[in-house]
Order: sequence, then C-alpha cells, then structure tokens
Amino acid sequence: MTTAAPAALRISDLTVRFGGLVALDDVGLHVSPGEVVGIIGPNGAGKTTLFNVVCGFVRPTSGRLEVQGKEQRKLRPHQLAGLGIARTLQGLGLFPHISCLENVMVGAHRHARAGFASALLGLPRSDNDERALRERALALMDELGVAHVAGRLPGSLPYPLQKRVALARALVADPQVLLLDEPASGLSNAEMDELGELIRGLRGRMAVMLVEHHMDLVMAVCDRIVVLDFGKVIATGTPAEVRTDERVLAAYLGDEVDATDETISDAVDV
Amino acid sequence: MDRFLSVTISGLSGGMIYAAVALSLVLIWRATRVVNFAQGAMAMFTTYLAFTVLEHGGSYWVAFPIALLTGLVLGAFVERVLVRPVENGPPLNAVVVTLGVFIFLQGLAGLLFGGRFRSFPAPFSNKNYNLGNVSTVSPFEIFIVLSVALVAALLFALFQYTDVGLRMRAAAFSGEVARMLGVRVGRMLTLGWALAAVAGSLAGILVAPSVFLHPNNMDGVFVFGFTAAVIGGLDSPVGAIVGGLGLGVLLSYVASYAGGDLQTLSALAVLVFILMVKPNGLFSTTATRRV
Repeated sequence: MTTAAPAALRISDLTVRFGGLVALDDVGLHVSPGEVVGIIGPNGAGKTTLFNVVCGFVRPTSGRLEVQGKEQRKLRPHQLAGLGIARTLQGLGLFPHISCLENVMVGAHRHARAGFASALLGLPRSDNDERALRERALALMDELGVAHVAGRLPGSLPYPLQKRVALARALVADPQVLLLDEPASGLSNAEMDELGELIRGLRGRMAVMLVEHHMDLVMAVCDRIVVLDFGKVIATGTPAEVRTDERVLAAYLGDEVDATDETISDAVDV
Repeated sequence: MDRFLSVTISGLSGGMIYAAVALSLVLIWRATRVVNFAQGAMAMFTTYLAFTVLEHGGSYWVAFPIALLTGLVLGAFVERVLVRPVENGPPLNAVVVTLGVFIFLQGLAGLLFGGRFRSFPAPFSNKNYNLGNVSTVSPFEIFIVLSVALVAALLFALFQYTDVGLRMRAAAFSGEVARMLGVRVGRMLTLGWALAAVAGSLAGILVAPSVFLHPNNMDGVFVFGFTAAVIGGLDSPVGAIVGGLGLGVLLSYVASYAGGDLQTLSALAVLVFILMVKPNGLFSTTATRRV
C-alpha cells in the first residue's frame, strides 16, 4: 500500500476541537498520487471538517498536514491552487453572473503568468495569457461534455450540467490533488454512473479524495476507503474490506445492510 | 426648439460627470458592497492636489494625470487601510468609516488649502460652437464627454476582457470560492477601489471649472452621482452611465425651464421615486428578495 514517492496528501494525528466538541480526533490518512480515496461516515462524523482542514478553512488544533511530502503549517485557502489542490464544493459555488466559460477560466488562472501591470496596460503578454486560458478552459469543458454551454450563465443550466461545469473549473487547474465534496448529490442514477466513469478516468492522473453519501458510487470508484465515525478513523481498506468490516457495519453500513421492510415500516409508524 | 437642443446637449455633458461619479460608486459597491460616501470628498481632495500643481506653474496636462493617479493611490489606501479592518463586520460599520473619511478629507482640505472658493481652469474653451443660430456644444464639453467615455471604456475592457478583470469579478461575486481557486481576493478588492477612485477623481477635475474648487464643492455632485447610480441599480456599470446621462439631461431641463434652485430637490425626488417604484434600479440583474 505504501509507495516510495511521497503521498500526495498525508494527514497525521489530526485533531480539531470547536470549543468542547471534538470534530476530529487523532485522524491519520494518506492519499497516494493517482489514487482515489473515499471518505465515508455517518452525518457529523467529521468528513466536511476534514475537507476544510485540507483547504485551510479550518486550522487544526493539533496534527500534521503534508502536501506532496511538504508540511503545511499555515495553509490558507488562496495557496491551494498553487499547491496543486482543487476542490469542488457541496453546493456548486459557481459565480452567478459570469459565463460558464469564464467560471472555468477563473479556475485556470494559476497558469496565467502576466502580472497586474501588464494586464492593466493590456500588454501583448497578458493578451496571450487570456487567449491561452480561454483555450485551456474550452478544451476541458469539451472533455467533460459542457463546451456547448460555455457562453451561458450557470443559473440558466440544469443542475447536472452545472455540476459538470464546477468539476471542469476544479480540473482545469491541473491539480495533483482533487477534493470532491459530495459530487453525486442531486444527480439521477444514470448521471451518477457517468460521474463514476469520470472519476475512474481521473485515476492515475491525480490523487482524488472523495466525500460521498452514495455507497454505490464510493464502492465503485474508490481504490481505498477511510471510514470516519465521531471524528475517529474506524476502518481503512479496499471497498471489499470495508464492506465486511464489523465496526463499519455497526457504525454505518449496518443500518442499510440490515434494513428490512419491517424496520422501515416500523420507522414510518413511529 | 433651438434652446431645447442646447439645453439637452449641456445636460448630456453634465450627465457624463454624474456618470463618472456613479461609475465609481458602482464599482466599489460591486466589489465590497459598500456605498463609498467619501467618494466626493476623495475627488475634491485630488482636485486640490491638481490645483496645487497648477499653482506652482505646472501645466494642466501634468495636473490632470496627477489627479487621476493620486485618486488611484487614495482609493487603494482607503480600502486597504481603513475599510478592510471593518469589512467582515456589520455593513453599517464600513459606511460609517466612509463617512468618517468624508468628514476628515473635507476638514483636511480646509486646513491645507483654505475655505475660499477658487476658480479652476478648463483646458479648453467653454464657449459653445454655433451651428447657424443654435448654440451647441463647447470644446470643453466635448473633452468631458470623451474623457469619461474613454475611462469607462477602458474600465469595461479591463473587467470584461482581461484575466485580472475576470479575477476581480470572481472576487466580487464570491470571495470565498475565488480564494479557493487561488485568487488573491484582498488585492482584487483594493484594485477595485483604486480603479473606482480614478473615475471619481476624473469627475472631480472635470466638474471643478463649473462648480469652483472648495472643500464642499463635490457634495452636490456626489448626490447627483449617487442618484444616477441608484437609477442604474448600483450593480450595473452600464446603468450608472445611462443613469448619469438621464439625470444630467433632466437636471438641465429643470435648471433652464424651472429654475436652478430646484436641481437638487428634483434629483432627490427622482431618488425617492426610483427607490419606491423600482428599488433595484433600471438595470439591476439581482432578483428582488421579498420577505
């Protein structure tokens, strides 16, 4: 499981407290380059907090975060792109009044080199940059099948298409680590299958960390799964291993696996 | 009819100045959701700086860019140093800060430059060209229209067609998300204020020949500019320009046909009317939130 190359993302002994609440308790996990790792766990298990730590939105109480083998002590959100980390949000987070293409171009801008001054003065270099960004963004939108909506405003598109645009915006930066926060929410089964294909296609190209509630998707696309419960890692392993892990069944999957018509009707009666 | 035409034309050139003030207010509103009540005073102050250059024998064409450049610096300074610390507080805090800047700059101008009315030169003649017996437009009015149009066009191009402009728009729409994508949001907001203040300073130096230079000289102009921005919806640069021109023409009619004293009153009437009938302005894209 361990490789010679440093992990794309490594978290060790991570603890986050909000006042008296322990959101994450001594969590350790890593994502190797090119690997797809799923983070699952019941609501309130600390999945989103974990994401927020990796994004620099939440400062851990203690613990260590390494990106490409380098420790990040004072990670701040604007450094993410430079470190090669991209994230999609649980909501879409698309900018409402600018076109889909421009949304994606904002994501691509770490590849732009022109500074303030040259852009202000409209020097040729910034012009070329702008064109390169545009082409790059369009190429990626084409790959994700959303090139035809490039000129439209995000709000005018159906939700699944917006999700693809949001994914394109994350991918266009060519990240080494992609964080997907519930990418399947609001998608139909068929669309989820397409999303699964897409994520599988990313395997080998970048490290992917995925938080998701839909077990089918997680089981289908992940190389490894980390299970959180009450802020603790209770299991790590391949989908097959996790599926049969006693603690996981008890904490989380157990409800679904054991769910019978009887228990559901009981629940409804209550 | 001839009179009507020349009144309309002078209204348009006056309206261009209100449009510049409105544009600066809109740019700041878009970036940081703050109405910059200090905008008029900032423009007054940079016009005084240009005046100082003129007093020391500098040419108008040195003083003019100096007014714009000091506007740029002043705008960046006010945002970065004074507004930034209160940006995450309640919106009223930032408004109070801009009011403080407004009072401070007026006081400082009085202290440094005195409270006398000074005449400020125009770079071109104020005499109207005559077309037959119709008095049309003066070279200075043409200069006003062209320079505001040029600055507005440059700002538009910057926002719409450059990478920096795109980042500025992204930062304005959603700072958090933009930050995650690697945009230096703080810098973008500072730049937004700086560019907005340039438009304000332009209005200041263009209006000075007609209202004279005085620590309070921009107060009325600011009210007109604010009204123009509200007409346009505070969110729309195009709306600011159209609002400014429309208001300029309207006020020009009021001044010629009803009396100059009624100008401010009628601007306020328009302001109240717009806020009652179409509070989002004529050009706003934001949906109304009804509670």
